[in-house]
Amino acid sequence: MTCLHLLLTLVFAVSLGTPVEIQRPRGVPLTKKPFYEENKPFTCLDGSRTIPFDRVNDDYCDCKDGSDEPGTAACPNGSFHCTNAGYRPMFIPSSRINDGICDCCDTTDEYNSGAKCENTCKELGLKERDVLQKMAEITKEGFLLKQQLIEEAKKGREEKQGKVTDMQENKKQLEEKVEALRTVKETAEQPEKEAKERHLKAWEEQKAAIRLEKDKAKMAEAFLELDDNADGFVSVSELQSHAELDPDADGTLTETEVQGLMGGAAQVDTSTFESVWTNIKDKYHSESQPEEPAPVETPPEEVKEPVVDNDSEPFPEDDISEEEDEDEDDEDDYHEDDDKVLPTVKTPEKSHEDGEAMLPYDPDTQTLIDAAQKARDDFEDSEKALREMDDQIRNIEKELSFDFGPDAEFTYLYSQCYELTTSEYIYRLCPFNRVSQKPKYGGSETNLGTWGSWSGPENNKYLVMKYEHGTGCWQGPNRSTTVKLTCGKETVVTSTSEPSRCEYLMEFTTPAVCQEPANMDLLPHGHEEL
Amino acid sequence: TGSSCESWDVKLLQVSTFAVDRGNFKTCDQSAFCKRQRALKPGQSPYRALLETLELSDSRLTLQLINDNNKVHLLLELYRLQGNMTRVKINELKPLRPRFEVPDVLIAEPPTEPLSVLSKDDNGVVLSLGAKNQRLIVSARPFRLDIMQGPEVLLSLNSRGLLAFEHLRLHKDTDKEEDGLWEETFKSHTDTKPNGPTSISLDFSLPGVEHVYGIPEHADDLKLKTTDGGDPYRLYNLDVFQYELYNPMALYGSIPVMLAHNTQRTMGIFWLNAAETWVDISSNTMLDFVQGSSEKPQTDVRWISESGIIDVFIMLGPKPSDVFSQYASLTGTQSFPPLASLGYHQCRWNYNDQEDVKSVDQGFDQHDIPYDFIWLDIEHADGKRYFTWDPHKFPQPKEMLQGLMDKRRKMVAIVDPHIRVDSGYKIHNEITSKDFYVKNKDGRNYEGWCWPGNSGYPDFTKPEMRAWWSSMFAYDQYEGSMENLFTWNDMNEPSVFNGPEVTMHKDALHGKWEHRDIHNIYGLYVQMATAEGQTQRSGGVERPFVLTRAFFAGSQRYGAVWTGDNAAEWDHLKISIPMCLSLGLVGVSFCGADVGGFFKNPSTELLVRWYQTGAYQPFFRAHAHLDTTRREPWLFGPENTALIREVIRQRYALLPYWYQLLYQAHKTGMPVMRPLWVDYPKDTATFTIDDEFLIGSDLLVHPVTEEGSRGVTAYLPGAGEVWYDVHTFQKHNGAQNLYIPVTLSSIPVFQRGGSIIPRKDRVRRSSACMENDPYTLYVALSPKKFAEGELYIDDGHSLNYDTKKEFIHRSLTFANNALTSSNLCPDCNFLTSSWIEKVLILGASKPSKVLLKMDGKETPVDFEFDTSMSVLTLRKPGMNAGADWTLLLQ
Repeated sequence: MTCLHLLLTLVFAVSLGTPVEIQRPRGVPLTKKPFYEENKPFTCLDGSRTIPFDRVNDDYCDCKDGSDEPGTAACPNGSFHCTNAGYRPMFIPSSRINDGICDCCDTTDEYNSGAKCENTCKELGLKERDVLQKMAEITKEGFLLKQQLIEEAKKGREEKQGKVTDMQENKKQLEEKVEALRTVKETAEQPEKEAKERHLKAWEEQKAAIRLEKDKAKMAEAFLELDDNADGFVSVSELQSHAELDPDADGTLTETEVQGLMGGAAQVDTSTFESVWTNIKDKYHSESQPEEPAPVETPPEEVKEPVVDNDSEPFPEDDISEEEDEDEDDEDDYHEDDDKVLPTVKTPEKSHEDGEAMLPYDPDTQTLIDAAQKARDDFEDSEKALREMDDQIRNIEKELSFDFGPDAEFTYLYSQCYELTTSEYIYRLCPFNRVSQKPKYGGSETNLGTWGSWSGPENNKYLVMKYEHGTGCWQGPNRSTTVKLTCGKETVVTSTSEPSRCEYLMEFTTPAVCQEPANMDLLPHGHEEL
Repeated sequence: TGSSCESWDVKLLQVSTFAVDRGNFKTCDQSAFCKRQRALKPGQSPYRALLETLELSDSRLTLQLINDNNKVHLLLELYRLQGNMTRVKINELKPLRPRFEVPDVLIAEPPTEPLSVLSKDDNGVVLSLGAKNQRLIVSARPFRLDIMQGPEVLLSLNSRGLLAFEHLRLHKDTDKEEDGLWEETFKSHTDTKPNGPTSISLDFSLPGVEHVYGIPEHADDLKLKTTDGGDPYRLYNLDVFQYELYNPMALYGSIPVMLAHNTQRTMGIFWLNAAETWVDISSNTMLDFVQGSSEKPQTDVRWISESGIIDVFIMLGPKPSDVFSQYASLTGTQSFPPLASLGYHQCRWNYNDQEDVKSVDQGFDQHDIPYDFIWLDIEHADGKRYFTWDPHKFPQPKEMLQGLMDKRRKMVAIVDPHIRVDSGYKIHNEITSKDFYVKNKDGRNYEGWCWPGNSGYPDFTKPEMRAWWSSMFAYDQYEGSMENLFTWNDMNEPSVFNGPEVTMHKDALHGKWEHRDIHNIYGLYVQMATAEGQTQRSGGVERPFVLTRAFFAGSQRYGAVWTGDNAAEWDHLKISIPMCLSLGLVGVSFCGADVGGFFKNPSTELLVRWYQTGAYQPFFRAHAHLDTTRREPWLFGPENTALIREVIRQRYALLPYWYQLLYQAHKTGMPVMRPLWVDYPKDTATFTIDDEFLIGSDLLVHPVTEEGSRGVTAYLPGAGEVWYDVHTFQKHNGAQNLYIPVTLSSIPVFQRGGSIIPRKDRVRRSSACMENDPYTLYVALSPKKFAEGELYIDDGHSLNYDTKKEFIHRSLTFANNALTSSNLCPDCNFLTSSWIEKVLILGASKPSKVLLKMDGKETPVDFEFDTSMSVLTLRKPGMNAGADWTLLLQ
């Protein structure tokens, strides 16, 4: 029989206005009185046997179901009913009858034990009504708050869904825009490329002409330098004085070698020197100028990784034994920044061939380049905007994917955190995210579990949250936290404990679990008695 | 609690897998004296009795022995003790310094009987031992003792010539360092040995004996194994982290008593020495001159101790019960515990705070499971300062204790002997100011690491220290304590995390004696002083309850022991049986193992099976390590909760029987939990059984200790006897192996035909609540339609049973179709309101009428008869449990 049923019975009895003690065997509830008819054989309630009525409550167990001894401790499986007028009636196991401990507030369970029990039903009833009253108020207010929460969540959800829809729409437009801009970019880049190539080609030609001029000047200069006797001819001996020209690099420049360089001629004039110059110009050292220094190599551009904002959990210092797990912990840390795009490294366009700067683009080319650059910038901006929008959509979709309760009443807890400070630690519950613990006086934070699932009883799984896979315990499991939700006006963490090592228990009040208040008429009425 | 090392030596644990780190503990080879002694070869005894020095007084014979190798004289003392025992003492005739003799173990100087010389010649002396043609033959060359009965040699001493007595000497430069005579190092610990070598050894031969038992504590089979080719069994109280099974390594306690048994006789050897001891056992054969020249089995035993003297008591039986009473007459019997302590104990390292205690307490009521004691481990104290309470977790201990008292329940809080060195701690300051700490070799206070960090160790060998310690349990000293708070002494080996082998340095000093001399008795003293304190706080009225981990011979007088830090493994469940059986054989009846296993998490099946086993062992406590998940009985689903509830209820229903058995153990020394051979000494099939056991003589239990078991085979002893399944009343014949199919709810238990067991079948939430409840008598008839039993009743908690004879002791006999209750103690006075509500007679035939004869009147009694199982149930005869009455079946 449920308590509710019982309460109704009482109310019914009271409403008949018969507040008198109804005679029935000790320990029998009113509802079962008809089965215990005085002076008629009693049939065990399971029907197993029938016994004379004087064996009911005779302190000897005759029925297997214990029904013949509702008022004694004789049967191992019996139950005793106390009326508890002023409070709530209840059943206790019959093993608690006359055991010296007061169980029923109306003292009826201890009628023969010598235990000094006082009738406390009135006080308990008052206290309970008081508590129930308060609870009811809390429930009522909490339930109202819950309605608001549901409303807000609904609105929020609609908004978010709307936002997502809008964003999806915008995203589509953005995608189109990106594509359009890509075309614009590509279109602008083609003439730019061609103009640049033209410019480059012209520049190359110009450069070749200049180089030729320079070579000629150098040759003339070399001729003058080599023509030691200034007779207008460079002779074999004059050339031989330049040891660096030695073709086989054996250290000596022989006459034969020089003749070879000179194409067999004994001497050359300025016009025939041209062919000799071709043979020697790579090695020739000017007598007046110092050697050209070797070109300094440019170090490759260093690509620096962006500094990741490391908010990963440092290792708890309070527990040396944790050290073993450090490495594994590290792997568990996920970096939210991982998908950030590295800044693009711009390759310098300037050419430093021959140390000579390229001539500036001609205005036409420059115009084309500027146009292309703008198209590129526009394209990149739009692409970035698309990515950002994707992120936003993902985030909202993630939020929308959480099970925030049958009416989304837990939505408001999302991305919030609640703290409780105890004598040693600060506990932090971030619903749907994680639970953590931090020593009050310095020391690092310990992860007590990340959001796992709703894991309340079958009839209401939304009464318990489970956070799992927290920091590992030395020689033990990973830390985990069970959060029990109770109805309250405020959203507060009210207590934490660690019933088993590394298995935490947190009590959390929130209006979101407040049930619709029961009909106040069903609360017990203490002043009436049966 | 826990074991050593855990918090202080992380490194050690990181390398260890889940097993003992053997390297932390010595083998015989690593223990210098054991190595020296074991190197001696038999058959070369240098000892000779100087018969001309023989002196015989009324009760004492003395005789000098000489070691012909070094001319050192020893003094042999022989006593014939009352109750068929012989005591042999050997000491140096003129030791350089006195050698340690163990005090406080014998309850009194054992009374002697006269010895007389029957004959004497150059080869030896023959003495009469009085009883039954028993003689003691002293052979001179080499020295040897033989105890004879008629033509039979019962036992010989030094028959293999392994008597070796290292006399005290001056340090000579010629002493070889490698022998470890004056110094020895194990791991990083050096044992300075200012007294040099002091070890002693003696061998015993037991002709006709194949089975020897005892010398706990070892995680090994009941029947001791031969130690040839391996290490000897070691007796040295040690805190062994995650101990291994089936080996002779030392554990937390030591009782140097061995029983030898064959179909003809049971004998015992009690080697009274508290130093590190090793016991070698080998199995041999001898030519049997009496029975012609056939071969006869023989067991040879050799005892080796590091210091002290040889003081050995030979208990000659001949029946098992004789040996138990002989040993009890020397060291006392099991303390008679408060009835409640036979109930169920709920322990955990740790119940976190008062709120936790309260909710666990309520959990038992919500799930309708009885329990009597909830336990608090080391975390309850303020910074591991025993006798204090953590101010945050346990701010109102009296409120908590009162809450338990309101439910008629009790609590145990741990008090360990290591004392936090902390000038803000009263206990430490008083011990310091009274100079009660153990000293190191240099005379300063010995300090070591234990749970609180740096700790001092009170010198419990000092009587004045113990008296002071006892006084600390007074209600005005132990703040927050109340009469329902009891004590648990852990870590009293003593455990020293940074000491050699996790214990105290052997050269530490207890007054003038070295720790070496007293090591194995330290734990006994801790429990002694604690139990004494509990008795004192009540003005000598209430019985104490103290659990200890370390123990020695005589510890049975002070409370309960448990088998230490076991693990949640099936093998550990199995080993709990031989471990407690071995303890029971040598006086310690109140034994149990941590139900569920201390380390690791048990599977649900293992947990249920462990409850089913533990409920039928004397000390019934669930305990768990700090790192394990919660395992209160209701945390494994309704089905398993129901299974555990059921077996705890079975325990409570049988409390009258358990209580009566503890009373019997207290009075006679009979073990409560017994190997089958104790009651069936001639049935060789019982000699090695240690997977089932008897509780008293009348209940046979075969726990299920195999994972996934579908059946067990139980041996039902006793040709011509019958056993009744206690659940179904099915009758089975004795002297057979019976296959019993089992389910998870099965606990094979049988009641012996011929016995009467009183039960209280109305199980309540604690034993105190059952005080006035009526009894049901389970009368199990023998094939000859006979049965007998006893009923013992007192107030369950005070010493008035002893001081004022306030108890009821009834004999219950069923014979000639009449069940009679008669008074075993006519001058006792105790009134009970308990009555007899029901009598079940198993194996009965249907009577036509049942009459109750009482106070000269006859009244008919209703009855029912179940023909299928032949069970006669007498309905509500109603007589007071303390009355004289007869029930007649007609």
